[in-house]
Amino acid sequence: MPPFQRLIDEHARDVMAVLRAAVGREGADDCFQETFLAALRAYPGLRDDGNLRGWLITIAHRKAIDHHRARGRRPVPVAEVAEEAVPGPEPADDGVWAAVGALPPKQRAAVTLRYASDLPHSEIAAALGCSPEAARRSLHEGIKRLRKELA
Amino acid sequence: MSIERSLNRMRERAAAEGLLDVAYTTADSPYGPLLLATTPKGLVRVGLPNQDYDELLEELARKVSPRVLEAAAPLDEARRELDRYFAGERERFELPLDWSLTGGFQLKVQRQINRIPYGQTRTYTEMARRAGNERAVRAAGTACGRNPLPVVVPCHRVLRSSGGLGGYGGGLPMKEGLLALEGILDERSPG
Repeated sequence: MPPFQRLIDEHARDVMAVLRAAVGREGADDCFQETFLAALRAYPGLRDDGNLRGWLITIAHRKAIDHHRARGRRPVPVAEVAEEAVPGPEPADDGVWAAVGALPPKQRAAVTLRYASDLPHSEIAAALGCSPEAARRSLHEGIKRLRKELA
Repeated sequence: MSIERSLNRMRERAAAEGLLDVAYTTADSPYGPLLLATTPKGLVRVGLPNQDYDELLEELARKVSPRVLEAAAPLDEARRELDRYFAGERERFELPLDWSLTGGFQLKVQRQINRIPYGQTRTYTEMARRAGNERAVRAAGTACGRNPLPVVVPCHRVLRSSGGLGGYGGGLPMKEGLLALEGILDERSPG
């Protein structure tokens, strides 16, 4: 396992970008700390260091969901978030995530779950508590809006 | 809030929760930056300017704990004592030491090295004898070379029986410089 500091050096920016998109700038700081503390706690027991970035992003998403739950607004129920690392998003610049953050809640959630957590449509639907068709539609609308925004 | 501030806060919380198994930082010295690493027990590693610090951090992750984080505060006292030592204002270090990176006969030799007073030297042969095996001169030399806490545990005070300097992980000019600082060796002109 590489020194934990290396995870921070290589992935802290991406984790923060994902969290800002998922919970907004204000909540992101707290979720960020919770994410890295949870990762630090679990790190020595981690068996596979193949995709540490995906592992961190997955934890970040769980923290974002906890945050929404704690706020009691717009709960995002998730049936099951995979424990193992999943491929993370490509590095993205802050501009993209700022635009994602400006999307309406449902579209924003669909986009971050798809592109930051790499969840399939069925799991996004479960996370958002809607049908797969509705999840697909939210994602589609969100992407269309982003294209326009960033063009 | 910036990432740096969030990270600082996270480090403080990690320390409070007992998750900061290894904290490290770098400190200026007349020979270049030193790597300093500590556990809650004490100073565990000093890296010299010639050494590959990434490799030293990987070794710490492997042998002590992968929870290795950059954090300056836990090393403030070590940095202060080293500054004063290099300024010629301190002859003894009063830092708790963590010997986790070493063991066996090497540790015996290194503990003996730690008792050599400021401004004095010993030979590799003497160190072998003091560690309990007079004939293990070569092993004593190896133990000096593998000292995880150079400068603080003064392996620069160990010389060859012939009077030769022997080796040094930070390079011979550094060994000469430290011996000169302690008044053992005349300062040699560079080059």
